[in-house]
Amino acid sequence: MATTKLLVNGAMHEVDADPATPLLYILRNDLGLRGPRFGCGLGQCGTCSVIIDGIATRSCTLPVSRAHGHITTLEGLSKNGKLDPVQQAWIDEQVPQCGYCHNGQIMTARALLDRNPDPTDAEIRTAMEGALCRCMTYYRVQAAIKRVARGANPREKVE
Amino acid sequence: MNIPLDLPEAIENALQGNCASTTRRRFLKASGALVVSLSVAPSSGLLAATTAPDGTKLAGPYADPDFRQLDTWIVIHPDNSATFYVGKTDSGQGTGTAFRQMMCDELDIAYDKTNLIMGSTDITPDQGGSGGSDAIEVDGWPMRRVAAEARRALLDLGGKHFNVPAAELTVRDATIALKSDPAKTVSYAELVGGRRFNIGLTGNNIDLTHGMAEVKPVNELRVVGHSLQRYDIPAKVDGSLTWAVDMKLPGMVHARNVKPPVAGAVVRGIDESSVTNIPGFVRVIRHGNYVAVVCEREEQAIRAARQLKVDWQPPATAPFPASEQLFDYMRHASPTSKSEPEIEGNPDAALGSAHQVIEAEYEVPFQGHTAIGPAHALADPSNGQMTIYTNDMKSYGQRNGIAQFLDMPRDRVRVVYMSGPQTYGRTAADDAGFEAAYLARELGRPVRLQWMRNEETAWDTKGPAYVFKLRGGLDAKGKLMALEYDACAADYNHVGYNEPDTVLIAQLMGRRPKGPAKGAAATPSDKYAIANRRTTTRVVGLPMIWETPLRTGNLRDPNGPQVTFASESFIDELATAARADPVQFRIDLLTDSPEDNAFRRVRSLAVVRAAAKAYGWETRPSPRKPTADQILTGRGIAYTYRGRTVVAAVAGVEVDRQTGRVWVRRLVCAHDCGLVINPEGLRRTIECGMLHGLSRALWEEVRFDNQNITSVDWLSHPSLRHSDTPETIEVVLVNGDPRPDRPDLAPYGAGEASHKPMIAAVANAIHDATGVRLRRAPFRKERVLAALRAANV
Repeated sequence: MATTKLLVNGAMHEVDADPATPLLYILRNDLGLRGPRFGCGLGQCGTCSVIIDGIATRSCTLPVSRAHGHITTLEGLSKNGKLDPVQQAWIDEQVPQCGYCHNGQIMTARALLDRNPDPTDAEIRTAMEGALCRCMTYYRVQAAIKRVARGANPREKVE
Repeated sequence: MNIPLDLPEAIENALQGNCASTTRRRFLKASGALVVSLSVAPSSGLLAATTAPDGTKLAGPYADPDFRQLDTWIVIHPDNSATFYVGKTDSGQGTGTAFRQMMCDELDIAYDKTNLIMGSTDITPDQGGSGGSDAIEVDGWPMRRVAAEARRALLDLGGKHFNVPAAELTVRDATIALKSDPAKTVSYAELVGGRRFNIGLTGNNIDLTHGMAEVKPVNELRVVGHSLQRYDIPAKVDGSLTWAVDMKLPGMVHARNVKPPVAGAVVRGIDESSVTNIPGFVRVIRHGNYVAVVCEREEQAIRAARQLKVDWQPPATAPFPASEQLFDYMRHASPTSKSEPEIEGNPDAALGSAHQVIEAEYEVPFQGHTAIGPAHALADPSNGQMTIYTNDMKSYGQRNGIAQFLDMPRDRVRVVYMSGPQTYGRTAADDAGFEAAYLARELGRPVRLQWMRNEETAWDTKGPAYVFKLRGGLDAKGKLMALEYDACAADYNHVGYNEPDTVLIAQLMGRRPKGPAKGAAATPSDKYAIANRRTTTRVVGLPMIWETPLRTGNLRDPNGPQVTFASESFIDELATAARADPVQFRIDLLTDSPEDNAFRRVRSLAVVRAAAKAYGWETRPSPRKPTADQILTGRGIAYTYRGRTVVAAVAGVEVDRQTGRVWVRRLVCAHDCGLVINPEGLRRTIECGMLHGLSRALWEEVRFDNQNITSVDWLSHPSLRHSDTPETIEVVLVNGDPRPDRPDLAPYGAGEASHKPMIAAVANAIHDATGVRLRRAPFRKERVLAALRAANV
């Protein structure tokens, strides 16, 4: 066991755990967060995604000892009680079915839009490729991302 | 023994959603004193039945909610809001929102003044949870009728309040007014808020539950038919929802299973010292071939499960053939059961005299549920009871099954349904609930268990593999005279839901039911007029039927996608042989359909025509004229019934001649499920059902060698991804009903129908684009490329 400092959603935390522990279990079991969820433990599906210094990161394979920087989870996206525009678009577009993977869909989309506020359809597909959904909500996920980037009635953007 | 009735506060709040209303369990306790004020009859604990259907006395804390009591279904709160209690679960299609809409209409209350609780066995009546797309079609009816009965009872009380007959009253938004003097009002809350109705209902079973009131005619429904947003989505996107996977209890420990490395292996010994050095180690638990490790922390349990040294003895003979030999094996295996042939007309004579006879075989591998979140459950064994927190879509069955498995009285077991990853059938959520309960009882502490990814993908139940053989005879004019259909399904020992002797832990412990389930091979559901038909089916088994990861169970429309792939591909093959347009060929077969199928025929024609029209279908035979382009384009249609819902799907594909990659660029679905409760919710369910079918068409396949499953994660078991998503999906909500405006139009199921035709529609489109007929799903690019090369395309 060792003490690790984590900066999560703007607050500093100290946790006492094996340094090899994947960040996911610390976030869920020590910090009581529920956004990132276990999907594969292999970095293959994106369900556990958090944003670390602007980059969508798989918390299921990142050892807690290497989780440096500002970590943002789904819970940390809203500001002053107002939902992030991505979250709002998810409600407006009624995106989820079961919703289990949508932490990964939303966090990956947020990171994409942070670095590229107006992505083409192809760029959306490429950036989201690693975020799997077994209810197959992809069509509405892509529509919601376009909603954020291009307004309520997104027109197709030709690359 | 003092058994607490309350759920932990956090769960109670989560179950209540965003509606700050009196909770159910608090209501049960608090309202008792108020019963006499409403009822002449003395209270006898009417909310909970005192005897089980078999006559035995119930005495534990978790009596069955009595569906024949109105109070079981509906509670009116002092703030004039209402909570509905229903025995269903929502796998993510928005059925909860739809239930509320239907019940609001019958009760005459605003949607946002209501709340809905689903699927917790001690506080909601047993409607069986989810399954078979029957939520709206079957279970919506008792919900509507009890809400109508509550409205009638409230009007009756209103009449007494104003001392007038109920006929002289009107009601709107949970407030009753005098017709003669609308300023005089009384609210539902003033009449019964926080107290019981104490009104008995009748009905031989829960589906038939009714009171004295009739439901409203469709044209008087005001909430139904509107696209209200799903109430559960906000908490799913802001991270505030407590999912089953989030459940924690004081003193809880974490468990992980240790599965046999080879199917059918037997535990010879366990070296526990291989894990006792792991910090937080609690115990290794073994019973027969079921092995689990338990630790204080989750990551410790994961490490211990990987590190535990178990001496496994592999079976003497191979448990199954390798997946590449599966279809040969199935063709030659002795059937475990066969159906009597169904014969119409004289198929032998018709085929013998046919101008042209076409024959084709089709193959579909085992396919899995592979939930995005591996199976999980939390079991709490405190105070001699057992509570299981789960996303299992059949919570009532899980409660009964676990009670039997642990030999506990049913009234000491409850299952609390919470949100979770999609289930769409008999998934490992069943197995995980039993395992957590077993471990919790062994340890005397709450146990949280979750499967790992490789465990879920390998050991979850599978949809059955199929081999089909079809023969058809055309006359000189290209009319279909005869059709033979033969289906062989690898479905022996198909496991049911939450069966205490077939859940995986029971199998691994060595428990066996009296005999394996027979399984089934299914037949097509089209309404084509074909004068001469022979339909035969058989089931075959794999060598190993117990303790095997190749166990079959219901997967979204359990046989539909496979059967429809064969039957609707073959209709296209016949159309090609007849040089007919595939849509027109189907319309001709449906137009000639006999009169006793008139209702189903007219709805079939409507969806086929609507799908073709929405797509802009160009009438011509398939395949299209060859081009030299690298990207070949084409379109395909498939049509089918699922239950009473009928769909036609059109896929527009691009096939890359160089790589074999298939992209379904465009999808159109014409869909008729009768009365639509929530159009936008329905559209999303249809879209996602289509894409799930598309995933099965393009990617999904269980692979195995002759020892174990080899498709175990998202690399070895690919699934549809963002890049596979069509550019456009168009859903046309058809109503082909002969009288679509009729006041008693019924709603049918929609959870599976659009899923069903997808493999066929894509296969037909690939054929149209390339001239190559793919008869083996899925259509991964290697398989497509090989077929294109073989045909010199």
